[in-house]
Amino acid sequence: MEISCSRTSNESAIEIDASHMDTRELNGLLRELMLAGYERVVLRNVCGQRYIGTRLYSPERRVMNIEIHGTPGNDLGAFLFGHRIIVHGNAQDGVGNTMESGEIVIAGRAGDVTGMSMRGGRIFVKGDVGYRAALHMKEHGQKRPVIVVGGTAQDFLGEYMAGGIVILLGLYGAHNASFIGSGMHGGAMYLRGPVREEQVGSHVHISRADETDMEILRDHISGFIERFPDLALDLEHILDSEWTKLSPRSSRPYGKLYA
Amino acid sequence: MRSLVLPEFTISRSGECDRCRACEYQCPFGVHIYDASNDKMLSDNRRCAGCQRCAVFCPKGVIEIHPSSSFYRPNASWSRERIEDIKRQAETGGVLLTGCGSDKPFRIYWDHMLINASQVTNPSIDPLREPMELRTFLGSKPERILLREDMDADADPVLTLETPILFSAMSYGAISYNAFQALAIAASRSGTFFNTGEGGMPPEMRPLFKKHAIVQVASGRFGIDAEYLNCAAAVEIKIGQGAKPGIGGHLPGEKVSKHVAATRMIPEGTDAISPAPHHDIYSIEDLEMLVSAIKEVTNYEKPVIVKVAAVHNISAIASGIVRAGADILAIDGMRGGTGAAPKVIRDNVGIPIELAISAVDRRLRDEGIRERCSIIAGGGIRCSADVVKAIALGADAVYIGTAALIAMGCTLCQRCYTGRCSWGICTQDPGLMRRLNVEEASQRLVNLLSAWSHEIKEMLGGMGINAIESLRGNRDQLRGIGLHEWELDLLGIRGAGE
Repeated sequence: MEISCSRTSNESAIEIDASHMDTRELNGLLRELMLAGYERVVLRNVCGQRYIGTRLYSPERRVMNIEIHGTPGNDLGAFLFGHRIIVHGNAQDGVGNTMESGEIVIAGRAGDVTGMSMRGGRIFVKGDVGYRAALHMKEHGQKRPVIVVGGTAQDFLGEYMAGGIVILLGLYGAHNASFIGSGMHGGAMYLRGPVREEQVGSHVHISRADETDMEILRDHISGFIERFPDLALDLEHILDSEWTKLSPRSSRPYGKLYA
Repeated sequence: MRSLVLPEFTISRSGECDRCRACEYQCPFGVHIYDASNDKMLSDNRRCAGCQRCAVFCPKGVIEIHPSSSFYRPNASWSRERIEDIKRQAETGGVLLTGCGSDKPFRIYWDHMLINASQVTNPSIDPLREPMELRTFLGSKPERILLREDMDADADPVLTLETPILFSAMSYGAISYNAFQALAIAASRSGTFFNTGEGGMPPEMRPLFKKHAIVQVASGRFGIDAEYLNCAAAVEIKIGQGAKPGIGGHLPGEKVSKHVAATRMIPEGTDAISPAPHHDIYSIEDLEMLVSAIKEVTNYEKPVIVKVAAVHNISAIASGIVRAGADILAIDGMRGGTGAAPKVIRDNVGIPIELAISAVDRRLRDEGIRERCSIIAGGGIRCSADVVKAIALGADAVYIGTAALIAMGCTLCQRCYTGRCSWGICTQDPGLMRRLNVEEASQRLVNLLSAWSHEIKEMLGGMGINAIESLRGNRDQLRGIGLHEWELDLLGIRGAGE
């Protein structure tokens, strides 16, 4: 296979033109590069290739930095195992689906089911996310997944949420989603700005963020600001806003359903 | 509220009881009580689940458990079950849960099919002295084989089984650690596979059993990461289960112990909720996406199984699944077991596996895609003859769940959902779990598979067939008895005598 790529000055970095590659070809190449010891890859002209980063499981936990120019297809970073992916543009559905660890940064908008079932690592989205983001996210022990979104989310945010943290900065407008946190039984969601009672599911408790929450927010929002310097956000100004916390009323929402 | 339901069982003790109190110790439901003032064992019939643990373990063998002879006035419309279900729901306002497969008297087609044997013209084969091949390969088969110069053929990964029987998905969490281990050990000793269900696989088991494990990806995505998916021989996407098609599952917080929680990667004591659908699958195209994502994460080294419940239009569903890229299709019939399911779903939703196998096999053949996918049939396989009939109808192999549990001691008392299994199988209670000796239980499973394999060889030999491959879809070896014309047509078999 002839690979159109050029090495940069750094030996462990490589640049790839993905314009004529299909999904399987591109991901196979990424795997070969990882096994050959490359740590940094820049993909140019990505257009719809799916599962980027998914085929990069290695028992010895090799880690790659993948920078994407263009628009990756669905399931970007699905089952991600410790790698870091940056997209200079928008992403489609299923970003970070069931990811285990690592980081995904989207300098644009991400589609539906962003962070579905993720159990570790962080996702930063500059713009908005689609429907059912953070669906069934879960945590265990030290593993606590985090999604930070610059804008807002559509309906069913945090459905069946069982753990982890979701932060919506609401930079570009109000939160209009409905059915937020239906079936939520773990984790926490923080929304900057007001959320009405009728927007959240019956399993959700609405409160104001307290001091411990503010520490969590400070930590992850400073991470967000660091990744999107072009937004020129002021951390203290963002923190000094009305923060709504959504948490589950019970860790056993259906405990009384059965005879 | 006082329960208005009559006791289901009567416990009797003959006079020779020497008050050793073994029954009291054995019963997890608190039926037996020692009355010290009268030096007598008493029993509370209302608590009895009919699991027979006390009867089996009574050193004197003096305990007998019978269905209670008390009755409500007989009524063809209002059976005892209907009356008592209403009373229970009136007392609690809840959905009735149950365990095990449906016990309702739907027609069991296995019992209406007879197997052929050779006489005179095509001689039968004696498997005790002649080679008889049960080895089975599951996976996508190439339409044609192209040999490269190095004589290596391009082929998709397959599962190799020494006998066409696998253990179906039973999760650690639903069943005990000991039962889970027994299945894993038996699968590796018998050259077949066990299935982790949706509960993940404890890390300490991975190096030992990865070659014999099928790991499951279900809607709750519990215990799933790239490492888990790569510690397996195959990955199964669970869409549906025969005992509860169309609904999700809740592992109650009581069963989510520390170790179960770590394996599922969720906090201890929370409900483990599996949503009804996979929220990333709303179409065949979406299923294709998950199949591909799993092939990607496992580097195209493992076959992907898609498991569905047998329901109406199963053949069209199967066609879609094959086109979505599944290497193996698992179909679970309505008599398939469960650790917990709403009774109304278990007993009213789905179709028998026999009809599903036949319909699916025919449809895939008609569409010319049968070789792209193997079929595993499960849900109601009770004996080696059922295995033979399933394969003759078109399956490649079968899943057994209930039969495996029975081999380990289960008596189908249907109280799995209480987590108080007296046999140590379907419980997370450390005291109860210890009752299941892993070594002995795995030996029972190995014995069962060995016995069935011998019987299958005998039946094959009788038909004059020396390889299980030649039986697959060989409906000519079956004849129906006591079936209607439409049933014979659907099964694709002729009536007995023809």
